[in-house]
Amino acid sequence: MNPISRRKLIYGSVAAAASVGGLAVAQRLATHYGLIPPDSGELYGAGATLTYACQRLLTARTPAREFPRSMISKNPFANEVAPPTDEFKRLRAGGFRDWRLFVDGTVAQPMSLSIADLSSLPVHSQITEVACEEGWSYIAEWIGTPLSEVLREAGVLPQSRYVVYYAIEKGLWESIDMADAMHPDTILTLGMNDGDLPVPFGGPLRLRVPRQLGYKSLKYLTHITVTDDIKKFGSGKGSVDPDYGYSWYAGI
Amino acid sequence: MTHWVTFIAFVALLISGGEIVIPHPRFYWGEVGNVNTRPLFVVPIPASRDTVPTRYGYVLTDENGWGRNLHFEAAWVVVFAGLVYGIFGLWSGHFRENLVPRRRDWTWRAYWDRLAQYRGRKRTDGTEANTYNVLQRTAYLGVIFVLFPLIIWTGLAMSPSFTSVFPLTAALLGGRQSARTIHFFVSWLLLLFLIVHVTMVARSGFWSRTRAMITGHMRDSKEGD
Repeated sequence: MNPISRRKLIYGSVAAAASVGGLAVAQRLATHYGLIPPDSGELYGAGATLTYACQRLLTARTPAREFPRSMISKNPFANEVAPPTDEFKRLRAGGFRDWRLFVDGTVAQPMSLSIADLSSLPVHSQITEVACEEGWSYIAEWIGTPLSEVLREAGVLPQSRYVVYYAIEKGLWESIDMADAMHPDTILTLGMNDGDLPVPFGGPLRLRVPRQLGYKSLKYLTHITVTDDIKKFGSGKGSVDPDYGYSWYAGI
Repeated sequence: MTHWVTFIAFVALLISGGEIVIPHPRFYWGEVGNVNTRPLFVVPIPASRDTVPTRYGYVLTDENGWGRNLHFEAAWVVVFAGLVYGIFGLWSGHFRENLVPRRRDWTWRAYWDRLAQYRGRKRTDGTEANTYNVLQRTAYLGVIFVLFPLIIWTGLAMSPSFTSVFPLTAALLGGRQSARTIHFFVSWLLLLFLIVHVTMVARSGFWSRTRAMITGHMRDSKEGD
């Protein structure tokens, strides 16, 4: 063996050892700072984890892109989901007076809120874009109360890591981490463009998460569970999305 | 090394990128665009969503889950390979020596002569084997320093999370939908480069070139090709 290749071999081994050690340290740190998404064990977990970790580090507190009123879309596309259930029809007939939002899990005070209760909380409005994973988008004004207001009132316990949220339709649920849940732009939306939130757009209640793609902005919201253990929900990957091949995190 | 990693990742990006177009094969200019707005153009393929009007009477299955996942996974691979290549290229002088056109070639005439040579299908002289000519240098520089950065930029400009940190990445391009449209065209340019690149390598002797890439040196022609 000539000296050059021996030197190369030594450098190579040192680099390989450093990479393995570096990866182990990185994984420890990432877990500690909450940079590993619930679906990191999936087929494309490596890329999903890198994206989530980088974006979480960069964007924990950054505000969603907002637009001037003149840019609000004249003909927004509702992309209506599956026909509402019988229960939805009954609630709609009653003017949504009996619609309830349940808040439970790792909170000091579980709650049940009506649309009127939510309307009495501090209102936040934002002009943001809905961007669908399919490629289309539109801009609207969204009016409602920040999720953080409700969570503060319920008293989130310190061990909480995720907020799981459910639609009225069985089996349709999502979750976000605490950084997104406490973000001022994450709002329990009751109004759109100066009116009540229309049913095709998720009325009477939709959670808007404007810094992620449309599928995280769940329509027909009925139930919020704060948790310290996301693995207990569904197949343990954070939402129904990984069950359909989609990634839990939708910041890109 | 980075070449082949990039090649595999690039093929994955092309396939998954093609898939990502299928849910909504309509393209727009500006910030927003959806089925209620006028498209810039429509790719004449069937869609995988029944909400998108197409001329076909059927809807393809939804494959966007793996399409998007594979796209971002492969994009990370290209970014890492690009970083290694970029650092190596600067450190070793590869860009300066092999890719920046030589000063005497900084004329239209030099480009024209080289084009004429390709058109005349003249066989190259011996010195050609070990260095790049002015057309090759320009093409490589364009791909490495214009098209690749542009496709990464336009890709990130579509991320609602990334643009919350750097809103200008989308605004400078004219909006999210403009970014998507430019991303689409740049991927075609990169595919065009790939086709020309492979054709040229094939014309100059595919196996000897590929062997040279792996072993790092060109054998003399007398040893046989």
